[in-house]
Amino acid sequence: MDEVSGGVAEQDAQYSRRVLHFAVLVGETLLYNGGEIFRVQDTMERVAKAFGEKDFHAYVLTNGLFASVEGAACESSTVRAMQPGATHLGRIIAVNALSREIAAGGVDLDEAYRRLEEIRRMPYKRNVWRVIACGIGCGCFSYLFGGSVMDAMAATVAGLCLEPLRIALDRANTGKVVSNLLASVWVALISLLCVLAMRPFGVAMNLDKVIIGGIIPLVPGIALTTGIRDIAGGDYLSGTIRAIDAMLVGGSIALGVGLVLKLSVMMTGVTI
Amino acid sequence: MIVEFIAQCVVSFVATVAFSLLFHAPKNQYVWCGITGMAGWAVYWLLMQVHSPSPVTASFAGAVVLALLTRIFSVARRTPYAVYITAGIFPLVPGAGIYYTVYYFIIAMNQEALAKGIETLKIAVAIALGIVLVLALPAKLFHLFLRGSNIKKGA
Repeated sequence: MDEVSGGVAEQDAQYSRRVLHFAVLVGETLLYNGGEIFRVQDTMERVAKAFGEKDFHAYVLTNGLFASVEGAACESSTVRAMQPGATHLGRIIAVNALSREIAAGGVDLDEAYRRLEEIRRMPYKRNVWRVIACGIGCGCFSYLFGGSVMDAMAATVAGLCLEPLRIALDRANTGKVVSNLLASVWVALISLLCVLAMRPFGVAMNLDKVIIGGIIPLVPGIALTTGIRDIAGGDYLSGTIRAIDAMLVGGSIALGVGLVLKLSVMMTGVTI
Repeated sequence: MIVEFIAQCVVSFVATVAFSLLFHAPKNQYVWCGITGMAGWAVYWLLMQVHSPSPVTASFAGAVVLALLTRIFSVARRTPYAVYITAGIFPLVPGAGIYYTVYYFIIAMNQEALAKGIETLKIAVAIALGIVLVLALPAKLFHLFLRGSNIKKGA
């Protein structure tokens, strides 16, 4: 008799721990791929409740999360420290859809694990497409910010050169400040070369519009919007972390562009 | 003017779609991402054509429209809020402001650098304010209008 109930308790405890582990994995996936704090916390709790763990609590920060569960037969808690990676909207959408299905009660725990693993392995877009998209995006933004068609072309070239460097820097895992600094120096250099190369052919370009188009992929747009969302949701600490992130990135872009501009002023002696 | 407006719309649409690809959005979201970004920029651009334009006010209005459309799409298409605003914000982000601040700073025009820096900060705050205002609207409102019923599940 005792053995049997002990076995059941052990099973219950194991189930609670699995639910906890699953919810943490869901949170990790969302956080890593660029989810907002409020949503990460909400999704984790919703998923755990749907699996029958009423006493599940999560606390999420931009760079880590804590979660605990008080099941019928055990108390368990987990901590994860992590750095958010590249934003992957496809994965966020997929996790959201999965959590809806779980909440509706149509998915059991094993199935949910399998589907989450699939989501976590969803591929990034192919590098070729990323490079092309970056080029087109930079060109378009250069035009939007008042550049001529020629400026937009030069910005496209800068964008095409920028994305391979960003992919390489991502792989090398350099810090945010260094990689944004290097990337903005690179953009400014390419832009400067484009403008100087076309000058003998009588094509006048605006260096400023070219560089502005080129640095747009680097500006901390996501940190800004997600940070705002965090603060609006009452997650002041996470919002502040993102705001500092935005300021650091903005500062390093400015520094990179500034270095190249200063250098070109010193070398050629003409203001650009 | 109308031709220029259409050109601005098309270019901002393409730009936003290109950026949503950079953030690995699924293919079936491209058009919606593009529309969100385009709407925000169109409002900004129109307000910059008035007699004495203010980039801060225009950015604010652009951000409000952008955030509204984002919320409408995210409820109507049952996707997270982040999907549409992530790429859509880029036309409004003051990249040019950052550049000119540095530029004036480098060529030792400190007065202009300061003015540009403050303006850039103002724009960033205006965008933030616009988004926060729209976020404060209750979710029920969107559900009622878009799904015809007051569904509690999901957002």
